Amino acid sequence: MKTFRENLSGYIFMLLALSSISALALITVFIIVQGAPLIADVGVIDFIFGMTWAPSQGEYGIFPMIIGSLSVTLGAVILGVPVGICCAIFLAEFAPVKLRNLFRPAIQLLAGIPSVVYGFWGLIFIVPFIRDYLGGPGLSILAASVILAIMILPTVISISEVSILALPRQYKEGALALGMTHWQTIFYVILPAAKSGIVAAIILGIGRAIGETMAVIMVVGNATAIPTSILDPVRTLTTNIGIEMGYASGEHRQALFATGIVLFIIIMVLNSLAQYITRKK
Amino acid sequence: MRIKKIMAAAAVLLLLLAAALSAGGGKPESTVIVAGSTSVQPYAEMLAEEYSILYPEREVDVQGGGSSTGITAALSGTADIGMSSRELKGDEENTWNAIIAKDGLVVIVHPDNPIGDLTVEQVRGIYAGTFTTWSELGGTAEHKIHVIAREEGSGTRSAFESMVMDGVMITPTAIVQASNGSVRQLVGSDRNSIGFISLGLVDDTIKDLKLDGISASWENIMNNSYMLFRPFIFVANVEPSGPAKHFIDFVLSAEGQALLTREGLISITEGAQ
Repeated sequence: MKTFRENLSGYIFMLLALSSISALALITVFIIVQGAPLIADVGVIDFIFGMTWAPSQGEYGIFPMIIGSLSVTLGAVILGVPVGICCAIFLAEFAPVKLRNLFRPAIQLLAGIPSVVYGFWGLIFIVPFIRDYLGGPGLSILAASVILAIMILPTVISISEVSILALPRQYKEGALALGMTHWQTIFYVILPAAKSGIVAAIILGIGRAIGETMAVIMVVGNATAIPTSILDPVRTLTTNIGIEMGYASGEHRQALFATGIVLFIIIMVLNSLAQYITRKK
Repeated sequence: MRIKKIMAAAAVLLLLLAAALSAGGGKPESTVIVAGSTSVQPYAEMLAEEYSILYPEREVDVQGGGSSTGITAALSGTADIGMSSRELKGDEENTWNAIIAKDGLVVIVHPDNPIGDLTVEQVRGIYAGTFTTWSELGGTAEHKIHVIAREEGSGTRSAFESMVMDGVMITPTAIVQASNGSVRQLVGSDRNSIGFISLGLVDDTIKDLKLDGISASWENIMNNSYMLFRPFIFVANVEPSGPAKHFIDFVLSAEGQALLTREGLISITEGAQ
């Protein structure tokens, strides 16, 4: 009886675990089945490096969107990562317990705000600010970067902090015992030792930034041209799908799924990179 | 004890599954699902509201999605009626369809913009990317024109393309927004922008431009002097019958048409004159 019970519960858990994995498999297969024929038709090179996106004319080039995704994400990393890492160091090394207990839930709350709220806030505050003080239409790489920088903060902060806290106490004690100041200890001992965790945090933050759709769609302008300045509107891979899916049919819809394939591959590479780096240590 | 818990959990799961299945499969027979163009959607919602007051026992469910999605849904039977704000093309013409109204298309700018009148060629030039600053068009400002368009596949965009662009591509540097409402919102907040929206949605947050000296008004569309308008079409897989036909009859009736006219559309009876 005992073994039967044990086995039964094992099977039930396996069944439930399988259902979550099969959801992934289903989505993957569906995206590929829908999108791959179009990539084959257009040609991988022409699809990825094509400069013109005009589905009504049968032109499917997503290079401007790739540039869009990269520029917006790079902007988010430049603005968000230094702040995030400094915040993690502060929480792990300097913050008094009381403050830490206030900061941690606050940062978790930041992760819990729905992305459409970020987008709306960006549209009402960031976009007019950029338009009035920096020029251009406001809807721009910069606006999206600012929003995404805030959105990746929780990821960057919590993973960096955890990797700093996970270091053996001896590292810090040894450094201090050798006469290093607290600041020197952080800069020369703790940060290098926690490097892999911090890099993983950055990569996961990048993944979050590249995958974000709703907030970006509202502030990025969605123009399909290669940008010439950070005040220009661009379109990212995700917003390309988001903004056109409502009206797409036939080849056009396939092209959006094909955009999804490219996005999927990028995210997969980023995630495996993050895993590889965290395991390496 | 434990096995009882597991059994209970399994039973709950089964119940949930059954509930989910029955919820998905069971729509009341009388509900008419109308889906498609986001341009037609607000008007269809008003019609449905009026309809449900007149016939409380009947139910109409209006969904968005876009013209192409609506037509596809109607063809596949997912929706009883598809809404399109663009002309039907290719195979789509072989469906049952009816024009329910016509809608004017208006080029809009910020209220502070000194320009009040453009030619169709000038508008085409702006959207093609030939004109990039307002001073080239008689404006005082050296500012760059912020061109705002709708997304590929949108009925409003394809109507604009066929009536204004004349085969010229809309510049890829144009900002793209996914609804008439967000185009209006953006133009209303950016002094240097230009956009196009449905005539029915014009309000005082933006300024509508005259085209070739003719203002976009109901009268001017009726007497064929203002040329930017497009049909709003209901599409169905086969000739509708039952509840769907009942709703369509209401839309095409004097009452339904009067409501559309009140909201700024051109009713088909008037448009035929």
